[in-house]
Amino acid sequence: MSTATNTEKRPPLPGHHMVLGETEKLRLDSGVEFGPFTLAYQTYGELNADKSNAILVCHALTGDQYVADDFHPITGKEGWWSEIVGPGKIIDTNKYFVICSNVIGGCLGSTGPKEINPATGKPWGLDFPVITIADMVRAQTMLIDALGIDMLFAVIGGSMGGMQVLEWCKSYPKRVYAAAPIATSFRHSAQNIAFHEVGRQAVMADPDWCGGNYLLEGKKPSRGLAVARMTAHITYLSQPALHRKFGRKLQNRGAITYSFDQDFQVESYLRHQGKSFVDRFDANSYLYITRAMDYFDLSLEYDGRLAEAFQGCKTRFCVISFSSDWCFTTAESRIVAHALNAASCNVSCVEIESDKGHDAFLLDEPDFHMVLSGFIEGAAEGRGLK
Amino acid sequence: MNETLNPNSAANVAHSDRIRVDLQLIADMIEPGTRVLDIGCGDGELLGYLTRTKKVDGRGLELSNEGVRNCVAQGLPVMQGDADRDLRDYPDGAFDYAILSQTLQATQRPKEVLSELLRIGTKAIVSFPNFGHWRARFDLMFRGRMPQNPNLPIMWYETPNIHFCTVLDFVALCKEMDLTIERSMVLNEAGSKLSLGSQTRFSNFLGNQALFMLSK
Repeated sequence: MSTATNTEKRPPLPGHHMVLGETEKLRLDSGVEFGPFTLAYQTYGELNADKSNAILVCHALTGDQYVADDFHPITGKEGWWSEIVGPGKIIDTNKYFVICSNVIGGCLGSTGPKEINPATGKPWGLDFPVITIADMVRAQTMLIDALGIDMLFAVIGGSMGGMQVLEWCKSYPKRVYAAAPIATSFRHSAQNIAFHEVGRQAVMADPDWCGGNYLLEGKKPSRGLAVARMTAHITYLSQPALHRKFGRKLQNRGAITYSFDQDFQVESYLRHQGKSFVDRFDANSYLYITRAMDYFDLSLEYDGRLAEAFQGCKTRFCVISFSSDWCFTTAESRIVAHALNAASCNVSCVEIESDKGHDAFLLDEPDFHMVLSGFIEGAAEGRGLK
Repeated sequence: MNETLNPNSAANVAHSDRIRVDLQLIADMIEPGTRVLDIGCGDGELLGYLTRTKKVDGRGLELSNEGVRNCVAQGLPVMQGDADRDLRDYPDGAFDYAILSQTLQATQRPKEVLSELLRIGTKAIVSFPNFGHWRARFDLMFRGRMPQNPNLPIMWYETPNIHFCTVLDFVALCKEMDLTIERSMVLNEAGSKLSLGSQTRFSNFLGNQALFMLSK
């Protein structure tokens, strides 16, 4: 069985792993009873005696649990939100107990399509059940239960992480004191679904995808996944930001070459983005997680009346958007905020002026940091956290 | 005008609790522990004060992004939005008080805004510059120019104030809308209360700003 060794050869990733759903399985939206399964997670700081200082950070589509590590175990870079999370930072790990778990369906240690299906002894591949945002959150609640935490002080996340934040507040309002859904929406728009579909088709069109069985075949659909990442990456940036960074500058050459070589810096940059992505991400996970985002629509079970999703919710909200984000626009955030208002929730809604597009939530944006910091400190005071 | 905000803005909460005189008069009308919506809350001066000293459950609505940012950075729950468009999202009776300070004259439809205030709030507190003040009359009558004074410093072609009224105009509107005037007072240029008894005509002549508490 040399083929299956592809998964076995990997060194175990650092951090915590918790096996969940052994006695009571995880009931997925698709109807599948799933389990046992593993969630890989990181924690930072100490849980206080009355377990009231826990902040759950939810990661985005291609993020992971290494939110504030100094060295990511695969990329060697610092964690994706090291700007925000750490000792003395906005999410101060001297004060709060920060938890971040890799989503179910992910590929950094949590059970996902590249892990071994115990029934077959082979990687799940496309036999892995389809996952939704609600499933991710349900799995997280099992982890939070296992950690003995009843109410989270805050649930915070951007993009797909923000979808999880909203799902938490809709389904488990009594377990969330404060919530910051950032650069996100209560649903995926047609345009967002369209871009995801382009990405998925790129993966599936790669012959090395092998109908999803590439791990068994000892192959990797790197080209397809890289194209998917390149497309997606464009949507995370704004036109002005991209132009400011690259303009029409040429890549290590004085003139265009009349070829399809990477003449322009922006081409070289995108190729690099695609290439480095495939080293750290699993192609099938990409299919599953993008699908979860596409299926997300919090208003669906209320016939489009989003306010009903938050009826009676006592959570404090801070909805944050960025002016140049065309993936998750301020208009979408305002719909969320208006629904929260209509449900008499405690809500702040702020648009941050930035020309950095969707990715602004990951970058050094002083106004954003000022707002998030004020919100968290105000909430901490309300919760009586010193 | 805009205090520099540091990221550790909880420290800002500790600043001395003195607010603009006219805002203090509004604050004095509000019972502790109530639910308050401050429409056009600016940098959160009144809202912050009410939250700290009267322990109200306060919310704000503010048009400027900068104002919203500054409020949220102080831990105040504030939304970006305007009185004309965004009040309709709030449910009936969601607040004990809906405050509209120095903003009515800048709304597109003051009458609709007033009725929204009293749909959302049990009581509405409204303040506005009085166009019946003697200086406004003087400017029009003797200078033949639109009033311009420290309270109305902006030229007619640039002012956001599009619906001016006098105290008497406002009282007439309340009557037309069948609203009860629970309290009313006029303020001088410094924002201090003028003691003029119940003579509305005097108030209309001498008051620079007017402040009303209304109910249905």
